[in-house]
Amino acid sequence: MWDLCTNALDTARLRGATYGDVRVMHLRQRDLTTKNGQVGTLSQSESLGIGIRALANGAWGFASTDRLTREGVAACAAQAVSIAKASALAKRSEVVMAPEEAYVDSWQSPFRKDPFEIPLETQLTLLLAADEEMRRVKGVTLTETDMQFRKIDSWFASSIGSRIHQRKVISGCGIAATSFQGEEIQKRSYPNSFGGQHALQGYELIESLDLIRNAPIIAEEAAALHSASQCPEKVGTLILGGSQLGLQIHESIGHPIELDRVLGQEANFAGTSFLTLDQLNHLKYASSIVNVVADARLDHGPGLGTFAYDDEGVPAQCTDIIKDGQFRGYLSNRETAHLVGLNRSSGTMRTESWNRLPMIRMTNVSLLPGTWDYDDLIADTQDGILMETNRSWSIDDRRYQFQFSTEIGWEIKGGTKVRMLKNPSYSGITTEFWNSCDAICKLAHWNLWGTPNCGKGQPMQTMGTGHGASPARFRNVRIGTAFSNQ
Amino acid sequence: MKPPAKAVKKSSRNIGPAAELLSERELRRIVDAVLRLARSTGAEEAEVHIDEVADNLTRFANNGIHQNVAEQGLTVSIRTVVDGRTARATTNRMEEDSLRATIEASLSLAHSQPKDPRILPMPGKQRYRRVNRFVKQTAALSAEERARAVRAACDLAIKNAQVAAGIFASGQRQSTLGNSRGLFAPYRETHAEFSITMQQAPAASWAKANFTDFRAFDPQKLAARASEKAHMAANARELPPGRYTVILEPAAVLDLVGFLFYDFAATALEDKRSCLNDRMNTPLFGKNTSIADDVYHPLQLGAPFDGEGLPRQRVLLVDRGIPKNLVYSRAAAKAARKTPTGHGFALPNEYGEAPMNLVFTGGDSSVEKMIASTDRGLLVTRLWYIREVDPYEKVMTGMTRDGLFLVENGRVTSAVRNFRFNQSLIEMLNNVDLLGPAVRATGEEAFEMVVPAMKVHNFHFSEVTKF
Repeated sequence: MWDLCTNALDTARLRGATYGDVRVMHLRQRDLTTKNGQVGTLSQSESLGIGIRALANGAWGFASTDRLTREGVAACAAQAVSIAKASALAKRSEVVMAPEEAYVDSWQSPFRKDPFEIPLETQLTLLLAADEEMRRVKGVTLTETDMQFRKIDSWFASSIGSRIHQRKVISGCGIAATSFQGEEIQKRSYPNSFGGQHALQGYELIESLDLIRNAPIIAEEAAALHSASQCPEKVGTLILGGSQLGLQIHESIGHPIELDRVLGQEANFAGTSFLTLDQLNHLKYASSIVNVVADARLDHGPGLGTFAYDDEGVPAQCTDIIKDGQFRGYLSNRETAHLVGLNRSSGTMRTESWNRLPMIRMTNVSLLPGTWDYDDLIADTQDGILMETNRSWSIDDRRYQFQFSTEIGWEIKGGTKVRMLKNPSYSGITTEFWNSCDAICKLAHWNLWGTPNCGKGQPMQTMGTGHGASPARFRNVRIGTAFSNQ
Repeated sequence: MKPPAKAVKKSSRNIGPAAELLSERELRRIVDAVLRLARSTGAEEAEVHIDEVADNLTRFANNGIHQNVAEQGLTVSIRTVVDGRTARATTNRMEEDSLRATIEASLSLAHSQPKDPRILPMPGKQRYRRVNRFVKQTAALSAEERARAVRAACDLAIKNAQVAAGIFASGQRQSTLGNSRGLFAPYRETHAEFSITMQQAPAASWAKANFTDFRAFDPQKLAARASEKAHMAANARELPPGRYTVILEPAAVLDLVGFLFYDFAATALEDKRSCLNDRMNTPLFGKNTSIADDVYHPLQLGAPFDGEGLPRQRVLLVDRGIPKNLVYSRAAAKAARKTPTGHGFALPNEYGEAPMNLVFTGGDSSVEKMIASTDRGLLVTRLWYIREVDPYEKVMTGMTRDGLFLVENGRVTSAVRNFRFNQSLIEMLNNVDLLGPAVRATGEEAFEMVVPAMKVHNFHFSEVTKF
């Protein structure tokens, strides 16, 4: 692969590129699903190709091809330079890149059991058994399970001399039970909705989830939701379960801190951000107990945003985003770092595949653990609603106003969960919401959740991000708006 | 046996803006070679999908190009059937060893599961209605031509003290399907798209168009429209949330009603996750709502065959407010004792089918007439981040974006801060007062459709944001 990379960089340089970087990527994926006790999707795929980014005449060009011959790669590199020169016809300023060292390295994400080596029969047997456990429950009308495994090899080379090989193994799994009764559809998922939990782990992740034990629990909850009371509409105390809080972090902290959004580069599609440059180190983003980091290092955990180097050849880092409630940092790349006074990228350039341009992406954007024991948090809450497992999510294009609904809620009275609530939802303004946080559970309740489906960019790229979170409490939150009908 | 490595010679493909896709003859050779290889590997039946893409996208922001990309790729996806079991494997590596390994992976996946009594024999040779959706001039559009159009749009923004962001994309794609029962279905199309957001801080507005032929729209007219509306959108005032009469431009209609499409899948009803469960053949929407799925409509794009190679049929989904018909894959049709409609997804899958080419019946009004007829209401340019809140009542939430305007006494009087909505689509389609002509619309949340602008009463806005 290194010969192809060198060939690409040489061609780009000869054609006039002042900088170039290359990613050869080999992606392998396996998808398994079941529905109502029958196998649904059963597929495997691989994709191998090269993406070449060239800087010429002060502007960027990118071209990709799956034609991995010497001739094909050279033609692709020449096209990247040609496109860069076309870009220069409508450039507004010269690209300036923060300095970075050259690295020669090889890294593999740790895993105990290669999911591609586990027999398919074993994987399907587990899914079908979980499916059967859910179907046993009266009132369940649809059962679904899924597993997904990915193995990604990337060879990165740049004209400053980096040569970095990384291999990542990713696993994911989830189950869901749906109940249609009367004029209502209710659903419960485990361990999370929209595909379950995903992490930079091997098959050991699947084995740790205990699907068989949890399948009847969610199935019974799905059926029971029909007779539960409707979540009231009010302003009150809200406790969010870990996975829902992970998505709250993703939407209302992770996206607004992407510097490309802040700088208007996503204005036409994903949107911009309320976190204009003047807010850095000045905005009180959250209450003083809130600490958020963007941490791509393995030390943070096996998240979907964990790696050794980003797709610009910058080592993984931990960046303070919110420190004691104050806004402290953005996600940057080599091109944007200097705009916020940094002399180095924060290492967040990531690409979905060889045929996509790397762009600023969340790594693991996590809320650091607090001090509360979960039981103590519930016991301390006189009147509140606990919401768990996301059902819908939406936020405006500058990331101010959001609304989430969850699959299930629990009314808390006098420090006790007293009854199940259906159709729970809450909404708010990002900074008001985070400033209302008055309790965060401790490390024992903290989990690094995976969001495998974050869409951004044109052409669209899907990226996995990580979000560490433990249950937390928020005061004076608007509850029940999604089902209000004023 | 002729080795597929010769038939699938990637080196014969050109790279660059005028990249030539493989010819139909070359595609047929690949299909035949893979099918021979599958037969020799033990597959009882085999199906081959070949997808080839040569896409280009120029992206601009802050009045200049900041990203500019080209992509070329070819994938072969192989489904095998053996002993009542089926599975799929896909690769973009065309050497004979890789193709053989892909077939073996498909067979290995198939063998790993229990027998599936629902599997049907693959369909044989089919006849397809001809569609011509390939425009050479679009395929040949160069990075320089796109850059010049972008520069002109950015120059307009600079002249108007605004900031432009957007894309100008063009490209060509083909999708070919063949199987061991003699079915062969080739399709190719070109596409071009221009989308622009003009920002006049703190406001913005937006315009977008796409089609097979880049000459079907004028990037500079789109830029001018977005620029004018961005200027109008400045100095937005805040209104209280509540129920308003809204005039939804076609892009806003598209992105909302797009969330209905999967409910018309027969499999969704079988799974009891459709809002049409227990509601077929009874009045559900207003009498002025009629919807068909029609891939052959002149403003639609897409292949005239489905994921199994069956010809797509025009299906009347809603007739004057009454849901009349569903779409069926072959398996769903067999289970329901119906005729397949040519809307199935590639197998194996758990979703079955869906209409992908919705065409609404329009009316004789227009956005201008709707404004003129409105005492008090809101004109909505575009909606954003739409998600389903209630799957049976089809309550959707989302935000207005890039231009929300107050209409008073028949004219636009001011810009308004963006709202969040929580609105049932079923209720909305009962509250349509006026329809414009159905046009090809494109947004960001749903497939392109042929939809009209709509004037709707009692549209529910639940909260307001800060801009």
